[in-house]
Amino acid sequence: MNTNIQEIKDLCIGFKSQKGEQISILRNITTNIRKGETVGIVGESGSGKSTLALAMMGYIKHGLFTTGGECLFKSKDLLSLNNKELEDIRGRKIAMIPQNAGQALTPNLKIGYQIEEALKLHTDFNKVEREKKISELLNQVRLPSPSIMALRYPHELSGGQQQRVAVAMALAGNPELLLLDEPTTGLDVTTQAHVLELLKDIAKETGTSMVYVSHDLGAIAQVCDRVIVMYAGEIVLEGPVRKILKEPIHPYTYGLLKSIPKLSLSGLPDSMPGSQPQPGNIGSGCSFYDRCNFSSDECKVKVPELEYLSDIDTSVRCFNHSELISKTSEQKITNDLKNKITIDEILDLKDVSISYAKQGIIDQFLNKVTDTNPTVKDINININKGETIALVGESGSGKSTILKSIAGLLKTKDGYIKFDKEKLLSGDLKKRNSEDLRSIQLIFQNPDESLNPNHTVEQILSQPLKLYFGLTGSKLKTSIAELLEKVRLGAFYMSRYPRQLSGGEKQRIAVARAFAARPDIILCDEVTSALDVSVQAAVLDLLQKLKEELGTTYVFVSHDLAVVKAISDRVAVLYQGRLCEIGPSKDVYQFPSHPYTEVLIGAVLEPDPDIRPKLVAEDIVEEKPPEIGCSFQGRCPRIIGDKCRNETPPWQIGDNGNAIRCHINIEELKIQQS
Amino acid sequence: MENSKNTFHENPKSSLEKVLDIISTMASKPSGFIGLAILIFHVALAITSPWFAPYDYKAINPTLMLNAPSSEFWFGTDSLGRDVFTRTILGGRTALTITFFGSIIALLWGGLLGIFCGLVGGRIDDVVMRIVDAFLSIPWILAMLLIVSLLGTTTQVLIPALGFFYGKGIVRVARAATHDVIAKDFIISAKARGHSNLSIIWNEILPNVRDAILVEGAMRWSWMLLGFSSLSFLGFGVSPPTPDWGLMISNARGLMSFAWWAVIAPIVGLSSLIIGINLTADAFAKALGIDRSTKAPV
Ligand SMILES: Nc1ncnc2c1ncn2[C@@H]1O[C@H](COP(=O)(O)OP(=O)(O)OP(=O)(O)O)[C@@H](O)[C@H]1O
Ligand code: SF4
Ligand code: SF4
Ligand SMILES: [Mg+2]
Repeated sequence: MNTNIQEIKDLCIGFKSQKGEQISILRNITTNIRKGETVGIVGESGSGKSTLALAMMGYIKHGLFTTGGECLFKSKDLLSLNNKELEDIRGRKIAMIPQNAGQALTPNLKIGYQIEEALKLHTDFNKVEREKKISELLNQVRLPSPSIMALRYPHELSGGQQQRVAVAMALAGNPELLLLDEPTTGLDVTTQAHVLELLKDIAKETGTSMVYVSHDLGAIAQVCDRVIVMYAGEIVLEGPVRKILKEPIHPYTYGLLKSIPKLSLSGLPDSMPGSQPQPGNIGSGCSFYDRCNFSSDECKVKVPELEYLSDIDTSVRCFNHSELISKTSEQKITNDLKNKITIDEILDLKDVSISYAKQGIIDQFLNKVTDTNPTVKDINININKGETIALVGESGSGKSTILKSIAGLLKTKDGYIKFDKEKLLSGDLKKRNSEDLRSIQLIFQNPDESLNPNHTVEQILSQPLKLYFGLTGSKLKTSIAELLEKVRLGAFYMSRYPRQLSGGEKQRIAVARAFAARPDIILCDEVTSALDVSVQAAVLDLLQKLKEELGTTYVFVSHDLAVVKAISDRVAVLYQGRLCEIGPSKDVYQFPSHPYTEVLIGAVLEPDPDIRPKLVAEDIVEEKPPEIGCSFQGRCPRIIGDKCRNETPPWQIGDNGNAIRCHINIEELKIQQS
Repeated sequence: MENSKNTFHENPKSSLEKVLDIISTMASKPSGFIGLAILIFHVALAITSPWFAPYDYKAINPTLMLNAPSSEFWFGTDSLGRDVFTRTILGGRTALTITFFGSIIALLWGGLLGIFCGLVGGRIDDVVMRIVDAFLSIPWILAMLLIVSLLGTTTQVLIPALGFFYGKGIVRVARAATHDVIAKDFIISAKARGHSNLSIIWNEILPNVRDAILVEGAMRWSWMLLGFSSLSFLGFGVSPPTPDWGLMISNARGLMSFAWWAVIAPIVGLSSLIIGINLTADAFAKALGIDRSTKAPV
């Protein structure tokens, strides 16, 4: 087990800027990958982890070039091989699964055919051997009935199954080293947990070395033996997974772990100030100096070396790491929510159903939606002033659909949405008056998409101010500066374009734009899922501070149960557009809960290698909700037979005030789940 | 994408500075520099040539028929004894003017219709695009010939007719670019705030599709120039004795074997202008970060 399959020595990769300066994005990377080992590479976006992973298979992205060092695979320097020699290695000895590999399958070719193509390319098998290998591979990635699967097209598989096919294709050439770039990002929580489980099993069965690139420490904790932490193009910490995640001795990793919301804690996590320096902008001292809480004068002027501590088998790049040795990443202090909730209803969703079905001509004429099985059905939620209510569920559970209909972007089929107790909100945006439009604002998931790339921050923020308050001239300018101040940005940001902002800054601008309207309700659609964890914590903190100051009500949609737990007062759990459970967040996360909530909580990945996810249900994704009976019947691990299939389950109120919609008696659930 | 504090010290740029920026980026590559130089040369020539043309372009002189280039007549004389140099430096004026305005018309109607189609989508979009496609399949030269033979070859006919035929391609580009932005969250966000459609087109869509449309327009200009010259060549563009390259080539081509000078000069004039516009359009696209092969911002 001690032989190295790959040795990287002093690798430097950079590019030439427009001014002709050489700017490095990977600096002096030295590390080894041992045989049979799974190594995780973590770091914020832009830290260079993908660049490193690509270099590990001898690939340098266009526009980049190596400025030193080597990358030895079985003692051969990949970076000096020619294309022909690399072709013999790639796919055969080293395989890669890029991000979204599952979605990248060719849509019009059958799964079996695509795997066969990979086999033709990477092995010397004949037809019969290939056939055999295909079903072997499909078996290996735990796809049910391989012979049938092989005949399916990619769109006939779920996201998790597609990802499994991508894994099977990568395994086709029997690689000795498998590189995975964010292999589970973008998958649902439950699916993600299953795919990780599979990867772990494969590593064990085949003895393949794996390099696992991810920004998600939870996933890393599940699969990796060793972890490399990257920051601004350097390795800052490297060691056994337990050591790194439980007793991190580098200030960056320490802060990073603290900024991750965890299920076991309530309230917001600590956030790390600042952001990662851009390539070419790294000062003369430690690259983490600006954000470090442990820095000394030395750090500002001297660059720390990667130092190997043999007693804990860990390498660390920090002068003051000994200060951290006694500290563990255990979080105790929590920043509890101080929401002033008044029992004063601001939004009332009554029996809301929403359908995406196309209307027939006659129905269109009668302005009627006929759909017996709408995407979202029977939603009853009332929201109080000052409250944060979260909607959770996997993708396709209708979270965003509900937000859109509150915002007036989608018509409801049945039921109504009432604002401020008496005002009925029209499902048609054009029929809402300016006052109602102003009162409800939206913040989106991806700030790259939600900010017009051709507008300056000033233009972006002036839109709501002009539209709702008719501000112009110096008044407008002052208001914009005030808004920027509110989201902790200086007035000099006004002239920036979105592309000149970091992810976190962009999201702050999106937050500022929503608050510009002085709304009563803000609908947040996965507002932190496109952000790095350290940035996520800061944005959550900002949202919370603003609401404490202004008493805004949030409807917060997220698939991340830990984030939801941190920020919300109440949680509504949705499956296939139907409510399963609703209640105060601390109670929803406790048993008894709805079987679906149980599945979701079980699948959460904690950044702790000793907490394993509990995989209770299959990760199949259903196309449509069932017409009758319980919406969760298709996947429920506790299903009790025909009653679940034929009758809509009743609402039951638990001791803590959370309402559960299930046929199993709540006392019985409590016993089963304990 | 971090640490903006040390990364961007840029001050806000005025529109003029932005235009100058783009031009200097274009000129920083050899092909862009050559293209721009050729284009500027031609435009300057077209504007100033009437003042320094050595002879009267329409002065016919039977005694000077088909003289070879000399110190007196740099490019020689044509079959009617007119100075080829004079006629060459004046010969781009009509073509440039007509196609320039033709391109603007093409940009306007093509861009607006494209954005409209991209915005409304659905049935209306389908129908309009079918019609545009149907027009695309008519050989434009036949249609042009029909139009000019019915309505005459005046500028008032040529500019809108050319603008119409060369705008169809712009419709496609504008529509595709609009489709790309229409699904973005910032448009949905503007809708949810309650902005009017007009304000959404003007503020949100136009700035994002403008570059693609302008580049396409610049490209169309060079094609239109070729098209217009073909019309002249066929005798349906400029009416004699106005000097025009297409017409000059057409008149002199029969004499090519013994009076090559009468045809070479207009050919060089026309092709260099087309190449110049082409190179400029390409450099323009690159400077704006648009990949012409996919017609989408990269
Ligand atoms: N072709 C390129 N030219 C210039 N800079 C580049 C190029 N490719 C990547 N970079 C820069 O190199 C750095 C590292 O990029 P890389 O893709 O490896 O980051 P990452 O850690 O994988 O981030 P993410 O999580 O977003 O994928 C970034 O700052 C990026 O902007
Ligand atoms: S070297 Fe200094 S600044 Fe860098 S991480 Fe260590 S303590 Fe912080
Ligand atoms: S009603 Fe039945 S199927 Fe639905 S969650 Fe309860 S036990 Fe499961
Ligand atoms: Mg990456």
